[in-house]
Amino acid sequence: MYVSVKGGERAIRAAHRLLAHRRRGDRAVPEVAADQIREQLSLAVDRVMNEGSLHDRDLAALAIKQARGDLIEAAFLVRAYRTTLPRFGASRPIDTGAMAVERRVSATFKDLPGGQILGPTFDYTHRLLDFALEGESEVPVAEVAAVPPAETAMPRVTDLLGDEGLIEAEPPACDGAEVGDLTRAPLRVPAARDLRLQQLARGDEGFLLALGYSSQRGFGSTHPFAGEIRIGEVAVEFDVPELGFAVPLGLIAVSECQMVNQFAGSSVVPPTFTRGYGLAFGQSERKVMAMALVDRALRTEELGGEAVHPAQDQEFVLAHADNVQATGFVEHLKLPHYVDFQAELALVRAMRREHAARAETAADAFEEAAE
Amino acid sequence: MTAPIAPTQGYAFAYLDEQTKRMIRRAILKAVAIPGHQVPFASRDMPMPYGWGTGGIQVTAAILGPSDVLKVIDQGADDTTNAVSIRAFFRKTAGVATTTRTAEATVIQTRHRIPETPLRAGQTLVYQVPIPEPLRFLEPRETETRVMHALADYGLMHVKLYEDIAEHGHIAKTYAYPVRVEGRYVMDPSPIPKFDNPKMHMSPALQLFGAGREKRIYALPPFTKVESLDFDDHPFEPTRFDAPCALCGATDGYLDEVVTDDRGGRMFVCSDTDHCETRREAGHRGALLAAEDPAGGATARPEIAEDLP
Repeated sequence: MYVSVKGGERAIRAAHRLLAHRRRGDRAVPEVAADQIREQLSLAVDRVMNEGSLHDRDLAALAIKQARGDLIEAAFLVRAYRTTLPRFGASRPIDTGAMAVERRVSATFKDLPGGQILGPTFDYTHRLLDFALEGESEVPVAEVAAVPPAETAMPRVTDLLGDEGLIEAEPPACDGAEVGDLTRAPLRVPAARDLRLQQLARGDEGFLLALGYSSQRGFGSTHPFAGEIRIGEVAVEFDVPELGFAVPLGLIAVSECQMVNQFAGSSVVPPTFTRGYGLAFGQSERKVMAMALVDRALRTEELGGEAVHPAQDQEFVLAHADNVQATGFVEHLKLPHYVDFQAELALVRAMRREHAARAETAADAFEEAAE
Repeated sequence: MTAPIAPTQGYAFAYLDEQTKRMIRRAILKAVAIPGHQVPFASRDMPMPYGWGTGGIQVTAAILGPSDVLKVIDQGADDTTNAVSIRAFFRKTAGVATTTRTAEATVIQTRHRIPETPLRAGQTLVYQVPIPEPLRFLEPRETETRVMHALADYGLMHVKLYEDIAEHGHIAKTYAYPVRVEGRYVMDPSPIPKFDNPKMHMSPALQLFGAGREKRIYALPPFTKVESLDFDDHPFEPTRFDAPCALCGATDGYLDEVVTDDRGGRMFVCSDTDHCETRREAGHRGALLAAEDPAGGATARPEIAEDLP
């Protein structure tokens, strides 16, 4: 009978069972544990933490397992969990200048105070599949250089330029100012830079990558240099009003990119380099570089340019960067739409009838004229 | 109707925390005060995907009370997968009574339809909305459309409808057909078929519209004037059907076309399953049922399951 076209709870139940079955895969292969994902697929964990907007390596690893490795689905799981968490307040701004650095490279200076530190990077590997990894592999423990203590001078490249006045000054930090949060207030455009950066930090890595790339290929070039990329751990501190001092909550790993871009200036202000900024949880180098390009592109109007390209367009970038929203709306097309489609069918049939009637009338008229 | 049960432990009543519900209720109150105006709200990430009704779900969560009776429909039917899933969600998190009968429900969440049974005072219809902005496909920018609404500048929409007539001989909008509310705001009624548009006009029920991804809520308070946009020489006409429902014989409802074979076979059945089942309970028979079982009288309504794993 026709009701088979309408789904139902039995179908959902069976689908969920099959999903769990497929997730487990071949039972002859040991089940992957969430802690294995956390430790051995750590870059996937970082991505899910960023796009899920929640710093929790264990939950991100669990989400990756539950999502069968679909990272957008995993970010979605983390987001839905995040919604239910109480919010105590905002931490103090982290100080990436005091980072315990594991990787730090600058493309603008050959050497600089604190030096260049390659750290764990794919950059100079040859991308040859390593068949030794097919089986259990003995990986020798790497010698990890003692992480330079935070006191060791490793000034930011942008600060070095800033000392000479060569780069635009950062707006002064305003302690105690309300931190924007687009998950707690609807985003209105034009949006301030804190909200823009928040959306970019949550945004889809692939989308930001494509936008940043487009800006490099002439769709809004900013002539960027990677002033500095640094990756390492920073302390998170939280002001407790009752205590009157900041309490350390722990350490988190972050990646930061300071892009140095071409000039701004006016008859009053001498020319300076301009900034683009990227920051994300974990080791997320591609993400923060793309983010810094897009951040700078979104500042085009503020710096006196005209926003004409997609990467420069706030509405375009901010409205479409969120992959959980994007995937939801794209994929909702598979939900039933037969009511609306029925209405379209009725209209197209009516228009075809009228078309046929007109053609017939025209043919009749032609015959009469011929007679 | 199912009786209320104890909601799942560990989450607030109806899932959302009280602060969030208060924020949504404020947006709803503002929306009710300015009929047809889109009120921004801080939509939350929900455990269902965007596009599955996160806006409607948040509105329902914010207005639901323990004594409410909830009905959820998708494409007019209570048994479509997404309706089943949303009903099970509220059953689990709020424990409210649920029903498939329009007349019994106090809150009805819907995707793409308005029930055929006329709504009464005290009922609330919650629409799931994908794109709340009626001008969006004419002007993609929010900054522009906001100004157009502020100035009641709807010329662009009329030009679009005129161009449809010039090109197709019809206004080529069969669903999400734009309406004007109390002579002021042009509003997107969500993708309901235009067949349903007249039901919005002067309805005694409260109608709330939630768009989760786009973070907007808007509303039609009871007894609001809702006119479908048209022209004097091209008046608005709801979609009509040539055939009655094959199951219950109804001629007053919206019908789904069901493909019965690969040789062009079609049948038409009520899209509103409650309407169809209520008629069959009362002994109405459509052509198909009469042929299958010439002797039979009234038929019983199928049970709906309440809980999903």
